[in-house]
Amino acid sequence: MKKLINAVDDVVREQLQGMAAAHPDLVRVHYDPRYIVRADAPVQGKVAVISGGGSGHEPMHGGFVGRGMLDGACPGEMFTSPTPDQVYACAQAVDGGAGVLMIVKNYTGDVLNFETALELAHFDGIPVQSVLIDDDAAVKDSLYTAGRRGVGATVLAEKIVGAAAEAGYDLDACANLCRRVNRYARSIGIALTSCTVPAAGRPTFELGDGEFEFGIGIHGEPGRQRLPMRAADSVTEMMAAAILDDGPYTRTVREWDRQAGEWLDVTLTDDPFQPGDGVIAFVNSMGGTPLSELYIVYRKLAEILAQRGIRIQRNLIGPYITSLEMQGISITLLKTDDEILRLWDAPVLTPGLRWGM
Amino acid sequence: MLTKAQIILWLENVAAVMRQNRDYLTGLDAAVGDADHGANMDRGFQTVLQKLPSWDGSDIGGILKLAGMALMSSVGGASGPLYGTFFMRAGTAAAGKEELDDDDLRKLLAAGVEGIVQRGRPVLGDKTMYDSLFPALDALSAALASGADTQTALDRAVSAAEEGMLATIPLQARKGRASYLGERSIGHQDPGATSAYLILKALWDAAA
Ligand SMILES: Nc1ncnc2c1ncn2[C@@H]1O[C@H](COP(=O)(O)OP(=O)(O)O)[C@@H](O)[C@H]1O
Ligand SMILES: [Mg+2]
Repeated sequence: MKKLINAVDDVVREQLQGMAAAHPDLVRVHYDPRYIVRADAPVQGKVAVISGGGSGHEPMHGGFVGRGMLDGACPGEMFTSPTPDQVYACAQAVDGGAGVLMIVKNYTGDVLNFETALELAHFDGIPVQSVLIDDDAAVKDSLYTAGRRGVGATVLAEKIVGAAAEAGYDLDACANLCRRVNRYARSIGIALTSCTVPAAGRPTFELGDGEFEFGIGIHGEPGRQRLPMRAADSVTEMMAAAILDDGPYTRTVREWDRQAGEWLDVTLTDDPFQPGDGVIAFVNSMGGTPLSELYIVYRKLAEILAQRGIRIQRNLIGPYITSLEMQGISITLLKTDDEILRLWDAPVLTPGLRWGM
Repeated sequence: MLTKAQIILWLENVAAVMRQNRDYLTGLDAAVGDADHGANMDRGFQTVLQKLPSWDGSDIGGILKLAGMALMSSVGGASGPLYGTFFMRAGTAAAGKEELDDDDLRKLLAAGVEGIVQRGRPVLGDKTMYDSLFPALDALSAALASGADTQTALDRAVSAAEEGMLATIPLQARKGRASYLGERSIGHQDPGATSAYLILKALWDAAA
């Protein structure tokens, strides 16, 4: 297995050094503990939005730090969640007095580390909220699993909520908006290959030449089903069906009660997509799938959605939430409303996503 | 009875054992998770090992608390906050102690396990580290209640942890990353249950 790296232990630090060298106008990198913040952080009077997770998903999250998106990002080791001291230090560095919203992907490791960090920040007097992203329709049930994973909707939520914070929304308004974006979004992913974590040195799982893996997450972990490889249109049909035919999804999550200073169990239900819905359609590469193939998928997806009476109002196509060099894709659909569309269109200036300025 | 030197030896033992079992634990995690558990535990306990000499002035409670904080800030993953909480709570339970009598030991382990339950909310049979820790604590308490000495009680605890660890093999995971595999998690030993067994075994070694 060849990788364009130096020492295995230096991969995360050296990529951060590269980001710092490439984008000094947009971001500042802190190394011990590791976090990335907007060059002009903290922005006084603005809610700060932060996220984080394992490295290996670039450009997420560090590449989304900048005006109109994230104020800070905490990169963990490869595919390993960041630690509470990192997240806490990042929260302190970006808090401009209006509080900090943590956008957390639903993986047990991320959840537990961010919960601990949130408690540290809270008892330090920083107003904090957190929102779980759990949009992966590959996970059917929430009773016997850790619940749906956070995947593609994370990127869309970071963009939309980042725009809201920039527009002056307060902490609770940002958190409520983020929860709505999460409830309106569903994703599904597939892999044609596994990927190799540098420290492991070999692929996380083996996938035969004639097979693909349906319902993967973003960590090179095996998915829901292994199936014989088929043509792009047929794979796209399966993926679209997994999202569009997905029924209501109910789960209980822990939400932070800022007044009481404790976690509450809250039960939430996501409603299925309906004919007449407008959506943002996001076709994402896992790192190794070229843009040409993403467009082949998008072409079929647009056709299927038109047949179902669902209008694509905006799209995002490219590698935004990746799994190292994995060949594979994910599709995310986010139901829109006027507010979501307006915030999606708002200017954004980050290393990984940029329009309107 | 356990001395402060034995508690320090425990942490040193764990560091050595995690180094030795790094690839083994990562291999277990590759089957049901994301192939990082060995790397996570090794990174965490190497950090503890490095910092240990500077904690010499602290009592047992202080040392365990500092170990918990070091794990919390270096392990990452699900196991980081869980083991971090385990050692921090254990440290709080042993605050001010320069040595531990049998009841102190039981309270310390019970507080640690309770911390894991509060953070991760595992239930017995979920196929997690709790599946080795709970039976171990149970066996230790029962042994001490029936008048066994420290070493015998720890011996029973380690056997119970090993049984609990092996009993995770036929289980379907309901917590953590492995739960996403559904039935495909059956037939594999849980990495966290294995590291928990190794941690208890290292305590038994230190107490010998
Ligand atoms: N909710 C939970 N409660 C208790 N233990 C858990 C929970 N979730 C996961 N674990 C334990 O953590 C182990 C995985 O640790 P690790 O691989 O280091 O983290 P990650 O799963 O984030 O990659 C599992 O084998 C399991 O024993
Ligand atoms: Mg793991």
